[in-house]
Amino acid sequence: MTSPSVVPTPAPPPHDEFELLLRLGDDRLVLGHRLSEWCGHAPILEEDIALANVALDLLGQATLFLHRAGDIEGKGRDEDALAYFREAIEFRNCLLVEQPNGDFAFTIARQFLFDVHAVVTLDALVRSKRAELAALAAKSLKEAKYHVRHSGEWMLKLGDGTDESHQRVQHALDDLWRFTPELFVADGVAARLAVHGVAPDLPALRPQWEAIVRDVVDRATLTLPHESMHSAHLRSGRAGMHSEHLGHLLAEMQIVARSHPGAKW
Amino acid sequence: MVSDTSAVRRTRDEILAILDTVMDPEVPVLSVRELGIVRDVRIDADGAVSVVVTPTYSGCPAIRVIEQDIEAALHDAGIETVRIETVYSPAWSSDWIPAEARAKLKAYGIAPPAPAASSGDLVQLLRVPRTPQCPYCDSRDTEVRSEFGSTACKSICWCRSCRQPFEEFKGI
Repeated sequence: MTSPSVVPTPAPPPHDEFELLLRLGDDRLVLGHRLSEWCGHAPILEEDIALANVALDLLGQATLFLHRAGDIEGKGRDEDALAYFREAIEFRNCLLVEQPNGDFAFTIARQFLFDVHAVVTLDALVRSKRAELAALAAKSLKEAKYHVRHSGEWMLKLGDGTDESHQRVQHALDDLWRFTPELFVADGVAARLAVHGVAPDLPALRPQWEAIVRDVVDRATLTLPHESMHSAHLRSGRAGMHSEHLGHLLAEMQIVARSHPGAKW
Repeated sequence: MVSDTSAVRRTRDEILAILDTVMDPEVPVLSVRELGIVRDVRIDADGAVSVVVTPTYSGCPAIRVIEQDIEAALHDAGIETVRIETVYSPAWSSDWIPAEARAKLKAYGIAPPAPAASSGDLVQLLRVPRTPQCPYCDSRDTEVRSEFGSTACKSICWCRSCRQPFEEFKGI
């Protein structure tokens, strides 16, 4: 062995890539479902359309990532099998996206924190050594860019709006902040994939994420929450340990497919 | 007209001309070729035609209708077996819409897409407001009112010069 750089590193186990694709797909599937709950209920017509459109994009992206996950797993599960026939403990989404909608400010703050995470991680994932993964990231990134313009604009409108809108979005930010460290934790799967150039080094992306979040939060006259002791999350959605909210969401999302397996319409 | 049952064989150019008549269901002034949805056409050894398509947006609800419209148009032209193949790479870009098609969009009252944002500084992405050119009076004194309009691919805008709302085809 001469230098570590010339030693060919063995490929990471396929299971790691399957896990990564589930994380990418499940984040989008669960958040897309949450946003779809606003359909017909948003405060103004344009927002009803906007939230439904973001939901549609996220479901489309989830389909692509979960389809690829099924291919890599090689057990004949397609995107529908993965979406409708897994239990909560098998879902790999982060805790942030499964939090209930709350008021409009809460939904927007949750969306903004996720959208910035999406542009930062997808922008890095475009350079993945896995060409198929890089292609899906490139497609999703184009959409994530206008998603973050949408949620970022609303952060400014609400934060720099009325006293009430300011208070509501600040409260949402304070409440949701504890779910953000999870977005940048490199567990075994993420660390192995980063070493092999399949996925980005997540902890290294956090400063970029925080710079974008801080820029908008400052301009919105809001205050970035302090890192609290409780922000060290006790559970991780990436390991299948979810809040109680996910089970309720899945029950609604999965009931038709489970009641009528294989139904076509 | 009743014809014999054997499949009609057509040249690639003829098939492309047929696809020029298949319009996008949500932007009916543009064909699926002008939008760049059709990436390739192959005539297989058995006479079947394979059309390679790419979706504009990953969640585009129109993609199934587009596929059905392509199949129907080719069947109507006597081609028996049509295969639709979907590819995701390279990711669809509004930059692929040619100049003549952009002129059609503008005449239809939709501002043509601006060049797709390159992967520049992501902080700037949220700092620089977009001011699409008004399709009615060509003014740049405009603002984006909502990133989402009547379809996923369009934004709702407002022109301060001619005081008209208009839609913009998003540049992605």
